[in-house]
Amino acid sequence: MKTKVRVKKDFYMSFFAILLGLLAGAVLMAVTGNNPFEGFFYLFRGGLMNIERIGNTLATATPLIFAGLSVAFAFKTGLFNIGGAGQMLIGGLCATAIGLTFDLPKPILLTMIVFGSLIGGALWASLPGLLKARFNVHEVVSTIMMNWIAYWVIYYIVPQYFKGPFLETESQRIPEAASLKVPWLTELFNGSYINLGIFLAIIFVVISSLILERTTLGYELKAVGYNRDAAEAAGINVNRNIVLSMAIAGALAGLGGATFYVGFASNMQIGVLPSQGFDGIAVALLGANSPWGVFAAAVFFGLLHTGKGFMNAMTAIPPEVADTIIATIIYFAATSVLIERNWDKIKKINFAALLNRGKKDSLKAGSGGEQ
Amino acid sequence: MDYIVEMNNIRKEFPGIVACDDIDFQVKKGEIHALLGENGAGKSTLMNILFGLYQPDSGSIVLRGKKTNIANPNIANDLGIGMVHQHFKLVHNFTVTENIILGLEPTRALMVDTRSASSRIRELSKRYNLNVNPDAKIEDVSVGMQQRVEIIKMLYRDAEILIFDEPTAVLTPQEVQELTKIMHSLIDEGKTIILITHKLREIMSIADRCTVIRWGKVIGTVSVSETSEEKLAEMMVGRKVIFDLDKKEARPKEEILSLEKLTVNGKDGGHGLKSFSLGVKCGEIVGLAGVDGNGQSELIEAVIGLRKPDGGKILLHGEDISNLSIRERIEKGVAHIPEDRHKHGLVLDYTVQENFILKNYYQPPFSARGLLNWDTIYEHAERVIKDFDVRSGQGVEASARSLSGGNQQKAIVGREIDGNPDLLVAVQPTRGLDVGAIEYIHQRLLEQRDQGKAVLLISLELDEILDLSDRIAVIYNGELVGIVDADETDENEIGLMMAGGKRGAAV
Ligand SMILES: Nc1ncnc2c1ncn2[C@@H]1O[C@H](COP(=O)(O)OP(=O)(O)OP(=O)(O)O)[C@@H](O)[C@H]1O
Ligand SMILES: [Mg+2]
Repeated sequence: MKTKVRVKKDFYMSFFAILLGLLAGAVLMAVTGNNPFEGFFYLFRGGLMNIERIGNTLATATPLIFAGLSVAFAFKTGLFNIGGAGQMLIGGLCATAIGLTFDLPKPILLTMIVFGSLIGGALWASLPGLLKARFNVHEVVSTIMMNWIAYWVIYYIVPQYFKGPFLETESQRIPEAASLKVPWLTELFNGSYINLGIFLAIIFVVISSLILERTTLGYELKAVGYNRDAAEAAGINVNRNIVLSMAIAGALAGLGGATFYVGFASNMQIGVLPSQGFDGIAVALLGANSPWGVFAAAVFFGLLHTGKGFMNAMTAIPPEVADTIIATIIYFAATSVLIERNWDKIKKINFAALLNRGKKDSLKAGSGGEQ
Repeated sequence: MDYIVEMNNIRKEFPGIVACDDIDFQVKKGEIHALLGENGAGKSTLMNILFGLYQPDSGSIVLRGKKTNIANPNIANDLGIGMVHQHFKLVHNFTVTENIILGLEPTRALMVDTRSASSRIRELSKRYNLNVNPDAKIEDVSVGMQQRVEIIKMLYRDAEILIFDEPTAVLTPQEVQELTKIMHSLIDEGKTIILITHKLREIMSIADRCTVIRWGKVIGTVSVSETSEEKLAEMMVGRKVIFDLDKKEARPKEEILSLEKLTVNGKDGGHGLKSFSLGVKCGEIVGLAGVDGNGQSELIEAVIGLRKPDGGKILLHGEDISNLSIRERIEKGVAHIPEDRHKHGLVLDYTVQENFILKNYYQPPFSARGLLNWDTIYEHAERVIKDFDVRSGQGVEASARSLSGGNQQKAIVGREIDGNPDLLVAVQPTRGLDVGAIEYIHQRLLEQRDQGKAVLLISLELDEILDLSDRIAVIYNGELVGIVDADETDENEIGLMMAGGKRGAAV
């Protein structure tokens, strides 16, 4: 029952953050001389107006869901995984490599791709986990470094082994059989980018939430995250849990990489760290680190990303406003800790009295000016 | 009558519980006013309201005759109210000075002026004989020292009304005496003290008046000169409390724990443990007495497995366990009530029921094939909180953080005793408990013993050691001074041994 109370509060916090973010966006639109209502209308319409757009919203959300789950999962064990981007790259590389190497029927190939990217991401992320467990290297530092290592690994491997026919800077397109896009789904959504990744994402949201709430593994991971010393004194192997938590986080991000590079896209570019890896932090924050919260937050961000182009096309509002809204929401989600700490006081604020006082103050200020 | 503090009709509800049920509480200027009540009665909550940490749902506070609204601790500071919390609020990797000036940093040319602050701290420390080194890091100093840092923090802010929430629960008897002196000198300067404590003897010796609360309601305020320990206990619990334990003859059997020339190096220059040998038998309680910091924590950590010994052996049932993991030792029947309940005892963000399975969540009946069995966990927790009277607003689903300090302690003790361990390493098992709870826990520890289990009791309370133990080992400087039978010794002798005097030498 306690979880329910907690969830409710987190929900309000995130809702509050979104509201403030939208408000900031509205102010920005108004300041730049546009009509905010019109802006929001086209922003949301752009993400939702037809079945194809909805499909695109979900397709954009898919890697974000995985990246968010990855951050959230590590966070439950008290670890800050900033290596989502690198883990996505490695997952994507595994997926692409498998797709380009083996000529197998689609179901088998996709299964291999899923497991390949999962294992690739897990191994990649377990390295910072090991460094933390063994030598107490802070995971923020080591995961960021791992991002750049992944970046350069791709930079080398893709042109070397999977060079595309025209450009040095990208891989060959993966064959039809290796893509998470399937005709029936594409048709169902009128030719959208949507792919099997979204189902995979939902499955892993469910799995993550089961692990965290129902299993002894989740119990251990959270115990370590909440209080390492007490976990250790109770006989829990803290180091093992740190490595495990990073590996699971990496597996999730690796899968996210697969859904991005062989689902949303169909080849890999070199020289780019996928921004979803970092956006995952925001998604986890807004989703209060709960799997279903992450899901909702990712879909919402997906909506903004999909809608901003349409808004730009229909109005004079620059698409950056959508990014500003996202940034502001993140800001307020991050500072929601402050809101939460003062929750009792906020609830008790006597707004009427405050308004009156405000009036009085302005009166005073006014009379002061006259003197 | 001129009261400096008047709290009228204060009400504070938490989910499932009324922590303060229309409390009236008045303090006179210049008195030491004790606040007494069972664990979870609402003492800390009431004082947190006075200090501005919580807002009352209803009721009013009148300070020095003026109705005041204390919206946050900063306002309380400005009003001259200071508080030493039950669980200290110090930043561990900050120095004493940094901790004390936190929030009101004096600045000079935009730089924090720690120099002037630390000289002022030195001055205060000297004036009140607090012996605090302003440059020490909090993580390096003892709990008693942290306590004094909190006191200086209060004095530094020129507080006039001083609230002490169970200041003596973590102090050695000597430190308690020093604190008493400090309190008297504060009163001489015209300050007012509100003291929360469960130790009736302390109330009798230093307080002027005492207000007793039970289940959030005031039972009454009495003048200490017109009451007695027994009366106070009865007011608080609502029944007569038997201070005498029903202790039967011990029937010790084979040795379960044997420490053979155990050596543990001290943490950065501490005493450590030097070639320490001790045996604990099934069916007995062995008390370990000593001044804090003489090697007790090294011994405890080595036995439960938090630290590898640097020499010697730890035998459990004759088998060397020095290289076993903590979990393996737990599975062999070693349980531990830790000294620091927040650090080693509880996961504060877990619920009570989750905390009860901290050591055996992976075993049946609490889980099977990696899946937690919430129904069993719930039923088990329900039983333990009933047995050990762990009170909270939301029962087993309350977060451990929301429990009162004493109830957190009861939860840990409950978990450890309920596991029915062969060897229980109990460190200050009754810290912060009310007299009723202490009586119950003592009874349960004796029951363990009578069932043929062993207890190694480490406590700073000599009374507790003398009452419960069958044999008493005294540690000094990391070495064993001697072992005496509890029946054949007294406070004086143990006291001398704790100062390093060999048995008989001083007689
Ligand atoms: N933040 C909170 N949320 C929910 N319940 C709380 C909270 N703080 C206190 N309580 C509940 O209010 C009651 C009174 O708690 P309080 O800490 O005031 O007790 P206390 O008299 O100080 O006890 P102790 O002697 O054990 O320290 C307890 O039942 C506790 O569980
Ligand atoms: Mg308390």
